[in-house]
Amino acid sequence: MTGALLSIEDLHVSFATRRNTVDALRGVTLAVNPGETLGVVGESGSGKSVTALAAMHLLDRAGRVSSGRIVFQGEDITHLSASALRAVRGSRMSMIFQNPRAALNPIRTVGLQIADAIRAHRRVSQAAATERALDLLRLVLIRDPETRLNAYPHELSGGMCQRVIIAMAIACEPDLLIADEPTTGLDVSTQKAIMDLIAGIAAERAMGVIFITHDLGLAAKYCGRVVVMKDGRVVEQAAPNKLFNAPRDPYTQRLVAASPTKVSRIEDLVVEEGVATLSRGPVFEQAAARRSAVVPLPVGERVRVRGLRRLWSDGRTSIRAAQAGERYNTIGASAPHPNPLPNGERERAEFGAISARPTYGSSPLLRVTGLTKRFGASTAVDGVSFAINAGESVGLVGESGSGKSTISRIVCRLLDQTEGEIRFDGTAIDAEPARTFNRSALRKDIQIVFQDAHDSLNPRFSAFDCIAHPLRKLMGIRGRAVLTERVFDCARRVGLPLELLDRFPHQLSGGQKARVGIARGIATGPRLLVLDEPTAALDVSVQAVILQLLVRLRQEENLSYLFVSHDLNVVRMLCDRTIVLRNGRIVEQGRSSDLFANPADPYTRDLLAAIPEFNPTAAVEAKVAEPAIALGAKRQPRARQVPSPGGEG
Amino acid sequence: MSVITLKHVRWVVASNPLTLVAASGAIIIALIGVLAPWITPQDPLATDVANAMQPPTTAHWFGTDQLGRDIFSRVVAATRIDLAIALSAVSLSFVLGAVIGGVCGYVGGRLDRVVGRVVDVLMAFPLFVLAMAMVAALGNRVENVILATAFINLPFYIRFARAEVNVRRDSGWVEAARAGGENDLSIILFFLLPNILPAMAVQVSLNLGWAILNAAGLSFIGLGVQAPTAEWGIMVAEGARFITSGKWWLVAFPGAALMLSVLFFNLLGDALRDILDPRMRT
Repeated sequence: MTGALLSIEDLHVSFATRRNTVDALRGVTLAVNPGETLGVVGESGSGKSVTALAAMHLLDRAGRVSSGRIVFQGEDITHLSASALRAVRGSRMSMIFQNPRAALNPIRTVGLQIADAIRAHRRVSQAAATERALDLLRLVLIRDPETRLNAYPHELSGGMCQRVIIAMAIACEPDLLIADEPTTGLDVSTQKAIMDLIAGIAAERAMGVIFITHDLGLAAKYCGRVVVMKDGRVVEQAAPNKLFNAPRDPYTQRLVAASPTKVSRIEDLVVEEGVATLSRGPVFEQAAARRSAVVPLPVGERVRVRGLRRLWSDGRTSIRAAQAGERYNTIGASAPHPNPLPNGERERAEFGAISARPTYGSSPLLRVTGLTKRFGASTAVDGVSFAINAGESVGLVGESGSGKSTISRIVCRLLDQTEGEIRFDGTAIDAEPARTFNRSALRKDIQIVFQDAHDSLNPRFSAFDCIAHPLRKLMGIRGRAVLTERVFDCARRVGLPLELLDRFPHQLSGGQKARVGIARGIATGPRLLVLDEPTAALDVSVQAVILQLLVRLRQEENLSYLFVSHDLNVVRMLCDRTIVLRNGRIVEQGRSSDLFANPADPYTRDLLAAIPEFNPTAAVEAKVAEPAIALGAKRQPRARQVPSPGGEG
Repeated sequence: MSVITLKHVRWVVASNPLTLVAASGAIIIALIGVLAPWITPQDPLATDVANAMQPPTTAHWFGTDQLGRDIFSRVVAATRIDLAIALSAVSLSFVLGAVIGGVCGYVGGRLDRVVGRVVDVLMAFPLFVLAMAMVAALGNRVENVILATAFINLPFYIRFARAEVNVRRDSGWVEAARAGGENDLSIILFFLLPNILPAMAVQVSLNLGWAILNAAGLSFIGLGVQAPTAEWGIMVAEGARFITSGKWWLVAFPGAALMLSVLFFNLLGDALRDILDPRMRT
C-alpha cells in the first residue's frame, strides 16, 4: 500500500434504480504504482468506467460506494470531503474522458479552458496561465498552437479536442492520470498519435496511468500490466504478454479469441458456446436462447401487445408445420395466402429472389463508375469506380470523412450522386432518383444494415414490426399467417430467439438489436446487402458472433456484401476484396489477402501500421489445449443449426 | 416512449402524489362537462326574480344571480361549453400544427424558412388581441372563438412539431424506413408523427388550460359566447358589477371553477411529461 500510487481495495459500488439497487462493482481490488501504466479492459457493463469514476469521486447521484477503500498516495480518500477532494482532483489526479468534444465547454476558447484548469489549483495571473496553456498545447503537439489557443472546441477535430483535454489533464502535473477510453471514436491513425502522446508524457514525468479500454490490442501495446474486468469483478491480471498469450480465466480466453488480429479467422473468433455457462452477458443469452426455445426475460418487463399474442399462437402452429416440410415450400402450404396474388407475382412475392435467383454471367452485380458526390462546396466522394460480383463480399475502408458512408448510401439509393453511374445487374438504377426509389422493383434487391442498431430501429416498433415492415411494404405480404411465418423465418436465420420478437428496441441488448437489423436487411431476399459498420457499436464478443452470422448468411443466401468499416482486421476476415478510401478517392483496391499482406500505397501501409496489435498465436494453442473450450464443442450447436435454422423455434 | 406500463404510472404517482390530484381533478372536470345536462339541479337559464341575489343556501348551493338563476347549475353547465371550446380549439391546432410542423421539419429548406418566418410574425402579435380581432372580423360566433383560439395556438404546435421531427429526420430508423420502401409522406405520417406524439400530448394538456382561459377571456369582453348562455367568462363579467356591494358569490364560484380547471390541466401536463419521459424509466 505504501508503494502503490493508487490502490483500490475490495471496492463495492451500487447504483440505486427505481426497482432495486444494482451492484456495479462487487469487490474490485487493483493497484497502480508510480510511473506504471495499468490497463483495465472489459466489455460494456464490466464496471471499468465505474471504477475510474469512483476513484475520482465522480459517480452520479444514484451511485454509492457501499464498502471498500480507495487509497491515494497513502491517504484514504474513500470518504473525502468536497473541499479536500478539490485539492486532489485535477491537481494530483486527473482524468481524460471518452468523448472529448462533450468534455469541453463549447462557448469558451480552449486556451481559456486550459488556463481555468491551472488557475483552479495554482495562484497565478491570467497572463501566466495563458502562457502555460500555450506551452501545454505545444507539449500535446498541436500544430500552430498560438492560433489554436483562441479556437473554440467546434473549430477543432476530434483528435485535437482530445489533445486539449490531455493538456488540461496534465496542466497541474498530476501523479495519476485516468484515461477512460480516450481514443474511442477516433480514427486509427489519430488513435495511435493520441496514445503515443499519452505514453510519452507519462514516461517523461513518471506519471501513473490507468488506461481503460475495450481494445485488447491497445492495452497490450501501451500497458505494463493489464486487469481484466467482468461483471464488476477483476477476473485476471498480469503482464499483457502473459495475459493475452496464455489467458487463464475462461472469460479472458473468450475475450482474447474474439478480438480480431492480423492473423485471426472468423471461425476462431467465437468460443462462447463452449464456455457459455461461465458468462452471463448478452452473448450468453443468445447462446442459451439458441439451445432452448424458452428464454427467461433478462431485461425489462414482459410487454403485452394487443394482437401479438394471437399472432404468436398462429406462428407456433405454422412453425410446427414448417418443421415437417421443406423450408420454403411449406410457407404456402401451411398458411394459405388470404389474398392470392396472380400466379407469377405470388411466386415472386413469397419466394422472392431466393429461389428465383438467376445464374449470373461474367457481368458484375453492381458496377459503380465515376461516382462523385458534392455537398455544397465540399466533395465527399470524388470519382469512385468499383464493381461487386454476385456472391462477392467487398470491403470499403477508410477513416472518418473518407466518404465511405456516403458511398454506401448512394449505392443503396438513399442518396443521389452528383455525377457518375450505378448499374445493378445491368440496370442503371440511378435513373430513378433516391427520393422515389422506394417504388422501384429493385428496392428489395438492395438492402442495408445500419451502423447503430439502436438508432436504426423505430422506437415504437416491436422487433416483429421492424422485420415485417419491408416484407409488407416491398413484398406486399399482407396475410398475417404468411407474414408471421416469414418474420419467424428471418429471425431464425439470424439466430434471434422468437420470444424476443414482441419486445421493443429498448428492451433488447446490443447484439439482439444488431440481429433484428440484419433480419430486416435480409427479409426481402436482397441480392446486395450494404453493411454500414454493423458491428462498430458492439462488444468484441458480440461482434464475433455477428461476424460469423454474416459469413454464414452469405453462404446460405448467396448474398453480395458491400461492407463498410473502419476496422481493417474485420474487413480482412470478412471480405474477398478491399477498397481503401481517402478523402473521397480510392487509394487502393485489390484482393483482401494481397492487399493486407503487401499494401502498395503508403496510406494503406500507415493505416495497417496504426492498428494496435497483440500476438495471439500462443493463445490459439492454449485454446486448443483447454478441453472445456475445445473447438468441437463450439461447432456442434452450429452444425445443428445450419441444416434446419428453424429447428428450435 | 413506446409502452406505458401500469407499473410505471404507479411509480410516477407514488413519487409525486400531486399527479394523482391533478389527474383526478382533470377527470372530474371532464366528467362534469360531459354529464352537465343531467346533473344540473335546476335549469341554468330559468330566471326567478323574486329570489335574485340570494347568498349560498341549501337550496342554491352557490347562491343566485341578479335574475335569480341558480349559480351552481350555471357553473356546471358552463363547464360543458368552456371545455368544448377549449378541446376543439386545441385539437384543431394540434392536428394542423403537427402536420405543418412535421412537413417543415422533414422537408426543411425554403418551405421551412417561409413557414418559420410566418410563425415568427404571428408570435410577434399580442395573441389575445389577435384572437379578439379575429372574432370581431369573422363574426361574433362560438365557431369563430374556436377558430381564433386554434389559430393563436398554432404557432406553438408548428414550432414544437418541427423541432421534434427535425432531430429525428436523419435517424437510422427513418433511413431504414426508406430502404424498406416508404415514401416521404408515409414516413412523416406513420413513422415520425407517432414518435413525437407523447411529447405533443404534454403540450396539448398544458395548452388546454390556457385555451379555457382564452375562451372565457373572450366572452368576458363580450365576444363569442353570448348571454344568457351559462359560461364562466360571461358570469364573471356580469357578476363583476355587483362585487362592490358585497355580492361576492356571483363572481367567486365561476372564477374558482375557471381557476381550478386551468390549474388541473396544467398539473396534468406536468404529470404526463413525467409519465412519458423515457429518462424517467430506468
